[in-house]
Amino acid sequence: MITLAHYMLLSAVLFAIGLFGVLSKKNAITVLVSTEIMLNAVNLNLIAINKYIGVDGFYGQLMAIFVIAVAAAEVGVGLGIIISMYRNKETISLDEFNFLKW
Amino acid sequence: MHFPLLTATLLAPVIGALVIAFIPKEEHKAIKSVAAFAMFVALFLSVFAFFSYDLAKGGFQFVEKYNWVPDLGVQFYLGVDGLSLPMLLLTNLLGFAAIFASWNVNNRPKEFFVLFLLLIAGVMGTFIAQDLFIFLLFYEVVVIPIYIMVVIWGSSKRVTKEYAGMKLTIYLLIGSAFLLFGLISIFVKSSDLLGHPTMNIEALGKVAFPKDFQITIFPFLLFGFGSLLSMWPFHSWSPDGYAGAPTAVSMIHAGVLKKIGGYGLIRIALYLLPEGAKYWAPVIAILATVNVAYAAFIALAQKDLKYVVGYSSVSHMGYVLLGIASLNIIGINGAVANMFAHGVMAALFFSMIGFVYEKTHTRYIPDLGGLAHQTPKLAIGLVMAGMASLGLPGLISFVPEFTVFVGIWKNEAMIPKFLAVIAIAGVIITALYVLRALAYSLFGPRREEYDHLKDIKGAELVPLVVLGFVLIAGGVLPFLIMDMVNSGVAPILAKLGATTAIGGKF
Amino acid sequence: MVEFAMHNAWLIPLLPAIAFAAIALLLWPWPKASSTFSILMILTSFVLALAVVYGVYTQPELIEKSMVYTTRWFSMPGLRIDVGIMLDPTSAMMLWVVTLVALLVQIYSLGYMEGDPGFSSFYAYLSLFAASMLGLVLSSNLLQMFVFWELVGLCSYLLIGFWFYKDSAREAAKKAFITTRVGDFGLLIGLLSLQLIFGTLNIPELAEKAVNFQNYVSAETLTLVLVVLFLGPIGKSGQFPLHVWLPDAMEGPTPVSALIHAATMVVAGVYLVGRILFLFKEVPAAMHVVAIIGGFTAFFAATIALTQTEMKRILAYSTVSQLGYMMLALGAASLTASMFHLMTHAYFKALMFLGAGSVLHALHGKAHIHEMGGLYKKMPWTTWTFVIGALAIAGIPPLAGFWSKDEILLVVKEAAHEAPGIYTPLFWLALITAFLTAFYMFRQVFTAFFGPEKPENHPHEAPWNMRLPLIILAFFSIVGGWVGLPWLEKGFGYWVRMGEFHHAEPDYVLMGVSVLLALAGIYLAYLMYLKKAIDPDKVAEKFGVLYKLSYHKYYIDEIYLWFNQMVVDGMGKILYWVDLYIVDGIVNGIGAITRGSGAVLRYTTTGNLQTYALVIFMVIVIITLYFAFGDASFASLFLGGGK
Repeated sequence: MITLAHYMLLSAVLFAIGLFGVLSKKNAITVLVSTEIMLNAVNLNLIAINKYIGVDGFYGQLMAIFVIAVAAAEVGVGLGIIISMYRNKETISLDEFNFLKW
Repeated sequence: MHFPLLTATLLAPVIGALVIAFIPKEEHKAIKSVAAFAMFVALFLSVFAFFSYDLAKGGFQFVEKYNWVPDLGVQFYLGVDGLSLPMLLLTNLLGFAAIFASWNVNNRPKEFFVLFLLLIAGVMGTFIAQDLFIFLLFYEVVVIPIYIMVVIWGSSKRVTKEYAGMKLTIYLLIGSAFLLFGLISIFVKSSDLLGHPTMNIEALGKVAFPKDFQITIFPFLLFGFGSLLSMWPFHSWSPDGYAGAPTAVSMIHAGVLKKIGGYGLIRIALYLLPEGAKYWAPVIAILATVNVAYAAFIALAQKDLKYVVGYSSVSHMGYVLLGIASLNIIGINGAVANMFAHGVMAALFFSMIGFVYEKTHTRYIPDLGGLAHQTPKLAIGLVMAGMASLGLPGLISFVPEFTVFVGIWKNEAMIPKFLAVIAIAGVIITALYVLRALAYSLFGPRREEYDHLKDIKGAELVPLVVLGFVLIAGGVLPFLIMDMVNSGVAPILAKLGATTAIGGKF
Repeated sequence: MVEFAMHNAWLIPLLPAIAFAAIALLLWPWPKASSTFSILMILTSFVLALAVVYGVYTQPELIEKSMVYTTRWFSMPGLRIDVGIMLDPTSAMMLWVVTLVALLVQIYSLGYMEGDPGFSSFYAYLSLFAASMLGLVLSSNLLQMFVFWELVGLCSYLLIGFWFYKDSAREAAKKAFITTRVGDFGLLIGLLSLQLIFGTLNIPELAEKAVNFQNYVSAETLTLVLVVLFLGPIGKSGQFPLHVWLPDAMEGPTPVSALIHAATMVVAGVYLVGRILFLFKEVPAAMHVVAIIGGFTAFFAATIALTQTEMKRILAYSTVSQLGYMMLALGAASLTASMFHLMTHAYFKALMFLGAGSVLHALHGKAHIHEMGGLYKKMPWTTWTFVIGALAIAGIPPLAGFWSKDEILLVVKEAAHEAPGIYTPLFWLALITAFLTAFYMFRQVFTAFFGPEKPENHPHEAPWNMRLPLIILAFFSIVGGWVGLPWLEKGFGYWVRMGEFHHAEPDYVLMGVSVLLALAGIYLAYLMYLKKAIDPDKVAEKFGVLYKLSYHKYYIDEIYLWFNQMVVDGMGKILYWVDLYIVDGIVNGIGAITRGSGAVLRYTTTGNLQTYALVIFMVIVIITLYFAFGDASFASLFLGGGK
């Protein structure tokens, strides 16, 4: 029997993987991909909770579709930024982009 | 449903700004013409409102009221009475004049005029909003364009324009922080007392706040509005700010923005917290007298024309504060009329100084001299503004000053006579610094280096003509303004319970 | 016509005002048109004024009860200010004087100001002045009077500084405005107090209430108020100690000096006190102040005039001195004597100023009497009219000045019966002043117009438009005083008075003494300056200190200058320092603290995105853990009251 706990565990693992990617990878694209993993972890949670908590309607699913749409937009913007970063510095290593300080 | 006059007035500059946003930025003439036209419409509408206001009926007229955030009792409530109508007229008058005073702005005119029109709309909104929330909203709208305009189009002399803009903005914000605290306390307290939330100033005025509460909260409003009105010791933004700001911003800032402070003190602080006002009036009187004398003396020591006028406006605000502190109808009428008068006069002064600076590239008095030879019309404008500044009868500022004096002279219970005498003696010092500034910049031997200067002409003449006309008309026919102001102040004073006829014992 | 003029007297000031507006807005590019229009307007005013004068002086009931019509200017609960017109013999007399002198001066200026680049604006200012002065004269309300009072001050400022390219003119204009401002400050306080005491500033109402003023105010307070109010007239009418601006005001074009600083504006102070003399009469102490200031000024200014060398300055100090006489008469409670002298003084002093202007015109601006001499040959008209003026001011019968001065001496002498401690010394001062006046006037006449000619000068007689006013004024300087002959049944004193009319018997002894004194003064001047029997330099040496004091005008200007520069400007500098380094210092200090803390904390921002993300995540974890396992009451703050 697969319980809510299983889903949540999976989701937590996915989230942790994504977080690790975001925090440790130097390649901007990898970071972007990692954020997608984190978002999907959240989606998974939303849908699972909707199913197991036993409410009428599809609020969780709805929310998840919202998140997917936002994620798509975010990727669009994020890739655009990365391209312009590349144009500027010929690299997409995040260590090179630390001018957001002082 | 009647024509939404106030909304139309408010929207005229906003629409103007929108239209300008679609004009290519090279089309300087078109941009300026649109701005001028938008302000003309606003001015026309407010003049119409001024003269079609029914004095016999009084109260709020041209009212527009819509619920906005019912949970907080916020209403989009516009309306004008005898207190806000002169201020509305003043705003549009100065806005119109200021457009022409900035006719020669050729550095990014598109952005300049868009911001300027938004600024005017914001200022206008504060005067016609009869809802605390909307009032504050418009008040904050004003801050943004001011900062940008000072920093981009300003001029650096004794202080850099960045410093000036920063100082101006931060003071405005500090003032609004004090205000916010006071107004929120009033809102919360009134919700408790009434049982339902409301932001309607009129409705709040009917709430009887406990005396202790009034006495505690009044100083917040006093210092909030006071710092806007350049009350001593929160005045130092004013001269620096004006000196750094471009001409149009100086005109609007000294002319009307400052007046929001006085307007708010009367409309909100005095009206909602009369007991607090009575308690703190002697403090206001003392600070105001310091304002008058202190700033007048400092103006004597100034060498930069804009600083002279900057300190002079601080000094004049002392009279407004004194009128408010008198807490009787004569003094407060005088204070409101004085705000109007000072607005016109300061705007004329700043616009003329703007032209002087544009032509000679200096405002430093010892570098100027004999300008009346080359630019007689400019000289006429400056002399008129100067004479109004020193309270010459026959120009607009004499009657208000006189009424303020009567008001403070009358209230000897709270304002000691010696304060009044010091304040009245301010007129001597004023004469001294104004005449000195005029004498050494306009008169004296002809200077060869200024022989190439051209006198103001064409569009540049508009500020002089418009403001000069108001200066004289208001001076010769003071009842035009005084009756209006009186009808607006009377209900507030009725609440203060001080409308006693004067006369009788000394 | 008379009826129309009486009921439309407001037209009299309005017409010159129209002339001002028309020139300022329209006519200024055409000097000829400007001057013509201006003269036309003042001429119409003059005719109307004549009609009014005729109307008033045929209706004796106006003496007791003036003809007043008013309208509201502005009002609010507890304060109502009316403006209006007040016609009575006093204001009608002033109308006559002002329109006459203004008209003559405008005609005179056609010649005097010919070719000046500011010709049009000169006429605009003159018109504005005429309008304001006439408005002042007709005012029925003290605040209205104050309005015009300040406006004539403005015109005076503009006209003194008319040749603004001269540093001296610029300074003099400024000085005039500011000095009178000091007085106006007192006047304003006085008016405020009167408004609050009596609840009105309308002169007729004040007059009614003044009779039983005890119902409103104590005598001490009223005295104080009136003395403070009197500062205004002191400033405007050049009384000691605010007389310093008047001699400097001679920097203006000479017609201006004649019109404003001799005949009309400077007497506004006298006129104002005369208008509210009923208040002063109620409190003797205030009267004494007026009398003492007036009497002292008369003497004091005459002593300065003795040693001055600039023609117009001598005349200016003489004006100050004569204004002192008028004040003295008011202080002796005589409106009649004061107004009578005001009128005759306007004739002969305007005459002498215009004469002086004619001389300056001929000599191209040479101002010192020692640079002149023997002018009578080339300029007979100017010389002889000037001599008439000098004889009139010296008090030689039957010229105008004699009758009015005699009247003043008489009323002071009468007042001395009642309060000998105050008025007896003043009477003697007034007599000495009469002697001094004759002396300094003829010192000027003998030095400038007679004696040897100076070869370097090439004087010429003035053109007709300058001569005509001289002749007319000379005529009035002779006959102008005859309206107040002491033998007349209903003379000047019957019409222009305050209170009961009593016919004073002519005092022949006093007349004799004053004529003798005047003759003595003239003779002494003749000996010293024409015959050179007594060497003036020797006299000066003998009275070394006194001479120096007089020559330097008792150093009053220097004292004021010192006060202004050291005290007032010093105060300004000190407060500016306070503002810059203390008030602003605190403000900037707070700014600096903010910036300093930012400078320290900025090192926490590395700019590395992933570091930021890590911090954010860590904090979220901590907060979550805290909410999960920590203090529930703390968490409840954020979650809403632990519901």
